[in-house]
Amino acid sequence: MLLQVTDLKKSFATEEGRLDVLRGVDLELAAGERLALTGESGCGKSTLLYLVGALEEFDGGDIRIEHQSLAGLSDRERAALRRDSIGIIFQQFNLIPSLTVANNLSFHARLAGREDVAWNEQLAQRLGLTEFLKAYPEQLSGGQQQRVAIGRTLAARPKLILADEPTGNLDEKTSEDVLNLMLELVAETGAGLLMVTHSPRMADRMDRQLVLTAGQVS
Amino acid sequence: MRLASVLRVLWSHWTYRPLQFFALLIGLSLATGLWTGVQAINTEARSSYAEASSTIISNALDYLERKDGTPIKPETYLALQKSGWRTSPLLEGQVQFGDGRSVRVVGIDPITMPREMAALTQPVQGEADQDGSGGLVGFLVPPFTVFVSPGLADLKLNVANIGDVVVSENLPEGTLLTDISLAAQILNKPGEISRLVLAADQKRTRVNLSEVAPQLQRIANTSGADMARLTDSFHLNLTAFGLLAFAVGLFIVQGTINLAFEQRRAMCRTLRVTGTSMTVLTIALLLELLLIALVAGTIGVLLGYFIAALLLPDVAATLRGLYGARVSGELDFHVGWWLSGLAIAVAGTFLAAFWSLTKLIRMPILAASRPRAWARMSARSTLARLAASGICFALALVLYGWGSGLVVAFTIVGAVLIGAALLLPDAMALIISLFEKLAVRPVSQWFWADTRQQLPGLSLALMALMLALAANIGVSTMVGSFRLTFEGWLDQRLASELYVRAADEQQAQQLRTWLAAHPDVDAVLPIWSVETRIDGEPGQVFGVADHRTYRDQWPMLDRSATAWSDVAAGKAILINEQLARRKGLRVGDPVTIDEASRQYKLPVGGIYSDYGNPHAQAMIHVDLLTQLYPEVPRRRHAIRVDPSKAADLSRQISAEFGLGGRSLVDQALIKQRSVEVFERTFTVTQALNVLTLSVAGFAIFTSLLTQSAMRLPQLAPVWALGLTRRELAGLELLRGILLAGLTMIMALPLGLMLAWLLLAVVNVEAFGWRLPMFVFARDWLMLGVYGLIATALAAAIPARRFSKTEPAELVKVFAHER
Ligand SMILES: Nc1ncnc2c1ncn2[C@@H]1O[C@H](COP(=O)(O)OP(=O)(O)OP(=O)(O)O)[C@@H](O)[C@H]1O
Ligand SMILES: [Mg+2]
Repeated sequence: MLLQVTDLKKSFATEEGRLDVLRGVDLELAAGERLALTGESGCGKSTLLYLVGALEEFDGGDIRIEHQSLAGLSDRERAALRRDSIGIIFQQFNLIPSLTVANNLSFHARLAGREDVAWNEQLAQRLGLTEFLKAYPEQLSGGQQQRVAIGRTLAARPKLILADEPTGNLDEKTSEDVLNLMLELVAETGAGLLMVTHSPRMADRMDRQLVLTAGQVS
Repeated sequence: MRLASVLRVLWSHWTYRPLQFFALLIGLSLATGLWTGVQAINTEARSSYAEASSTIISNALDYLERKDGTPIKPETYLALQKSGWRTSPLLEGQVQFGDGRSVRVVGIDPITMPREMAALTQPVQGEADQDGSGGLVGFLVPPFTVFVSPGLADLKLNVANIGDVVVSENLPEGTLLTDISLAAQILNKPGEISRLVLAADQKRTRVNLSEVAPQLQRIANTSGADMARLTDSFHLNLTAFGLLAFAVGLFIVQGTINLAFEQRRAMCRTLRVTGTSMTVLTIALLLELLLIALVAGTIGVLLGYFIAALLLPDVAATLRGLYGARVSGELDFHVGWWLSGLAIAVAGTFLAAFWSLTKLIRMPILAASRPRAWARMSARSTLARLAASGICFALALVLYGWGSGLVVAFTIVGAVLIGAALLLPDAMALIISLFEKLAVRPVSQWFWADTRQQLPGLSLALMALMLALAANIGVSTMVGSFRLTFEGWLDQRLASELYVRAADEQQAQQLRTWLAAHPDVDAVLPIWSVETRIDGEPGQVFGVADHRTYRDQWPMLDRSATAWSDVAAGKAILINEQLARRKGLRVGDPVTIDEASRQYKLPVGGIYSDYGNPHAQAMIHVDLLTQLYPEVPRRRHAIRVDPSKAADLSRQISAEFGLGGRSLVDQALIKQRSVEVFERTFTVTQALNVLTLSVAGFAIFTSLLTQSAMRLPQLAPVWALGLTRRELAGLELLRGILLAGLTMIMALPLGLMLAWLLLAVVNVEAFGWRLPMFVFARDWLMLGVYGLIATALAAAIPARRFSKTEPAELVKVFAHER
């Protein structure tokens, strides 16, 4: 199993007291599988994704990626995991502002020591980015930026791809196009995909759907 | 009230970001403080000169006194008047009054008093004019008006013929000034004259002093009119330093204000959308700035006062040592400083805020906030900077080629500094992009790319650092070179072991005979001189003996091969550098010496350096001197003796002739005194250096700190892709050190350029001499190490803060609309 989440708990200390966001989440994801995660705003979808992405630490339960537990990993080990095994696409601000599109595209792959020039070129072409390769992120539209983010993740060929409303800021048409491309390319790399989305239509396109309510998935 | 609520909303930004607020406050206070400090030192020193010049009469002008120090007789005075001498009698004495107070009484003759003593007579004439008598009536006829210093306002005088007692601020404390006849009465010295003050413009046809009054000698002024010129350049130096420090401080202010405005765009937008007019918003922002400026200005003035109080004793000692100028060394607190300090703080703040403010006012109501857009270096602004820099350098070149004068010299310095500062960001960007191209690994590639993008946000602080470093290198090199040259020069000039000045001609004669017979004495060299005109300029001509002391040691800048033999043969003259530069004289050019009755022409045999003397000076053979000026005083001599026997000889002379104190000086003592003066100058320079450097360090710190808040969107994606916070923090630290290092490397040539300008241009304009430049590479190394440590400290705090940032903070970058 690529990803195993068992009895995952996470709470935040707020001014009004403790806020239990995740209260025992269980889920599994196999390699090559595509899973949609939906739920009301503020229910904890992003939180769950950040925990799985080894960005934040959880309070209880466990997360295993390829049977390796995330519990008790050091900062350095978590960073290595993000670099080597996980690709994360956020809703926005994915890109490194100081690097050109071309460098952004290859950055993650090079960091992980897996740069594949031909694959990069292919990605750039299929994502329609060839004419922007020399541009800087802030010169691109939101949709173009998201395509770069997707390209960057795919270029690194991670085993697990996490996406948090990757097309949330885009209009429906663009969103559809970008998503189609992404699903197509993910399928080619054989990675597992966990995607948070608000759109039922998108969720329908995935292999499986989970809904997060009251801190648990169903 | 609407304005009040707008203000409250705006102000909430500062409570939300207290660090930014303190950065702004400290930056502005430091800038104001350094400026006020330097101003305070200048004002204090200048007011001390004013006091000194009114004290003195005796010091401001040359005067005649009896060689034996006894009072001059009125007959002598009249004889001199008749022989064409323009003099004015002066009586001086100390008197103890009934209440035990000791008062210095000065009696002057208002009619013959030279024009140059105007400062002194000002209160006199001013008072007299009031009663409409249109002159010096109160002063001239009994009862005489008496002027006293403020502390003597309650003095009871039991003397006849006393008229009004006027308190004069212009008199030094403990002084009473009145007509000479009344003074004679108070001092009980009827018909006496202490000295005869010489007017500056004397008739050329006057009879030689030695003929009219051989018992009198002329004493050269000690503080002279040139003092103002010399000290002015010192103050100009200080002012330039103060201005530089202020500019460096303004960089901090500009950076923080810009950031605060940038971060409050959304706030301003909301305010405007909810119905606040642009006018109200602008007024609120201006009020806010004014308030900050006033608070910071107040702190700054206090700070400046302490800086000045700390430095003034050294400045005073320097001025006294270098120029003989008297500065009290104590600091008064003037109301004017408050006002000027606050004014400059307010002006500086508005100047620094001008750009941000106009940008905000021009902002369309719904413009999106683009936190990174401002940081992008556009090709257009690069071009504008390069053009401005080019104009500065061109101006400097043109002024160097065709301009003259001290102000021009400092303008050149300023233009070069500004031109170089403008060049810095683009030069850095070029170097960094070069590294970027060479980088292979993705992280290093990102590191360089990111550094380049961060440059615009840091460039003001880096410019500040470069200016501070360059000033540091430049001024230290100048002072260091001066010290080295001066000490070497002293060794040459003061080659003789002992310097002796006989009380009178008779004693001088005995001394010569006695020394000639002394077994330990190797040589007795005359130091005889006359005041005359050299090539049309007033100056001193010295007579020298033909001796190896001169041949081997004299600090020649340029000379003909046969210079010393020509001088010995009475066929050449040596002149000092100042005169040569002012008159454009070279070796071989003819120079005329004005003798009372005729002119004497000699070719220049050599030019020697003569630091610390603003006047023209020349040397001819001693026989020629006595031949041209038979009346030349022959009281001063230099003695060559085995150094180990010098102290012993000195004791013998002093026992034999009763000479001591300033009449018998050993060379080591003079050198030691001179060196002490330089130590003081160094202290002042060093203190100002450290202050400027710390302001620059603080500029770096605040800009790194304020930028660190905006750094999260740059760093979070890299973190998410698999770098730890520690690694990123390390890179942030490295970046700070690297930028500072690069800045230092660029500051070095600029500093040397500055040093050269100070030595070869400013000094020549200010003093008339040019100093060779010595480089002190070890000092640079130290400076470099200090600079790196300072930057590392400045960069460490924001870096540490980043490494402690919660991941939750970082992921917010991706989740929130920013
Ligand atoms: N660092 C934090 N400190 C305190 N509370 C937090 C923190 N991060 C998230 N929360 C809270 O946890 C809850 C879940 O947040 P999360 O961002 O995971 O929701 P979400 O399901 O992704 O919502 P959306 O669909 O709007 O993106 C929210 O109530 C949020 O306020
Ligand atoms: Mg979310």
